[in-house]
Amino acid sequence: MMFGKTGALFWKDMVAEWRSKETLFSMLVFSLMMSVVFNFSFPPGSDFIREAAAGILWMTFLFAGLLGIGRSFTREIDKGCLTGIMLAPVERSTIYISKLLINFVFIMLVEAISLPLFAIFFKLDLLQNIFAIAFVFTISILGFCIIGTLFAAISVNVRTREIMLPILQFPISVPLIICGVQATRAAIEGQEWAVIWGWSKIIIAFDIIFFIVGYLTFEFIIEE
Amino acid sequence: MPDKTRSVWAFLTGAAVFCAMLVNLYLIFQFAPTENSMGHVQRIFYFHVPSAWVAFLSFFVVFVCSVMYLIKRDRKYDIIASSSSEIGVIFATLVLITGPIWARPVWNTWWEWSPRLTLFLVLWFIYLAYLMLRNFVDGEERRARFSAVFGIAGFMNVPLVYMSIRLWRDIHPSPVIAGGEGSGLHPDMRAVFFFSLFTFTLLYFWLLGLRIKIEKGQISILDIKRALSLKREELTEGKVEI
Repeated sequence: MMFGKTGALFWKDMVAEWRSKETLFSMLVFSLMMSVVFNFSFPPGSDFIREAAAGILWMTFLFAGLLGIGRSFTREIDKGCLTGIMLAPVERSTIYISKLLINFVFIMLVEAISLPLFAIFFKLDLLQNIFAIAFVFTISILGFCIIGTLFAAISVNVRTREIMLPILQFPISVPLIICGVQATRAAIEGQEWAVIWGWSKIIIAFDIIFFIVGYLTFEFIIEE
Repeated sequence: MPDKTRSVWAFLTGAAVFCAMLVNLYLIFQFAPTENSMGHVQRIFYFHVPSAWVAFLSFFVVFVCSVMYLIKRDRKYDIIASSSSEIGVIFATLVLITGPIWARPVWNTWWEWSPRLTLFLVLWFIYLAYLMLRNFVDGEERRARFSAVFGIAGFMNVPLVYMSIRLWRDIHPSPVIAGGEGSGLHPDMRAVFFFSLFTFTLLYFWLLGLRIKIEKGQISILDIKRALSLKREELTEGKVEI
């Protein structure tokens, strides 16, 4: 039954997004724009850009992801939607999981579209190690959404809403950023699976620990 | 505890901190032997490491009090957490200032992305974010809940940050880093170091007590103000009726 409720809440957000296309579209445009703008920060034809590609890719996805995650709760503030959801006969943790899933799906969709374009812009061969790259991105985006959803629910109730989310999110994401960038670089460079797995283990530990923290503490955030 | 015993305790701890700090300064600058290769600059070690210890201790107190607050919903835990976080940020700042002062002559660089330094910088950002969050949330009860959740998440992050930085540096080793400072300490140095550690811990508890007192004072002023404005409303309403 719990899956049914989560699914219903998830579907509500999907339908709302399908009708407005606000979040997905702005995230996509933003992430493409970021990769173009980053391109200008290097001398033309420099080899360094290939070395820095994993980092740029990550920065692009972090900022675009933050945009989407921030929207996931501000959207609900409008016309008292959040109160409506809270009045619905569902557990608070169900709301958390459904929001987490919707954020995850949105960012994954944006990544799926922008990653090939990124590969073209930066002349990268992502196909040789595509499964490793997909794996690294899936677990890190999951971790990013796990804490992002929690902090978005906090920052939506804070005076300086837009600025608070990145301030809370970035220092906590440090393990994800370090391990994600290194694992992605290893995958792009075509290194062995053992190297990628070494980094992925910390990301998975991050996902598990913060999912438990988020699951247990979310009910304290949207109480009133 | 009645107020009187409390203030006697506060005075006694204050006096103890004052005396211990004087002895500590004497030990650090007069008693402790001068290090062979680094010279006098090594003495900053007796401030640097105890500050780091106090910062860790205060963040741990924030974590414990955050958990306790969410379980018991008692405001006193929130007061302790907020007081402790402020002290922690101050001591973490001291660590980040004294570290480069030592590193400049010894490592020949102000900053090095070594695991411990990076960890401290990240910690500093986490608890700065914690303090900012506290400032930007309206409503005491809500502020307590939000910051408790962030206090828990922040502390859970520490081992993960450390593990990932360690792995990151192991892959790209840095040539400048000297050997560990804790290894093979002279017995006199060790004694001074532990005394300094003790003094700083005492200082932490004294500061925590002071900060809690200020916080409680602020709360009672707010309560009085609230009661006064209620009274004023009652009075003006009464006048209108007349």
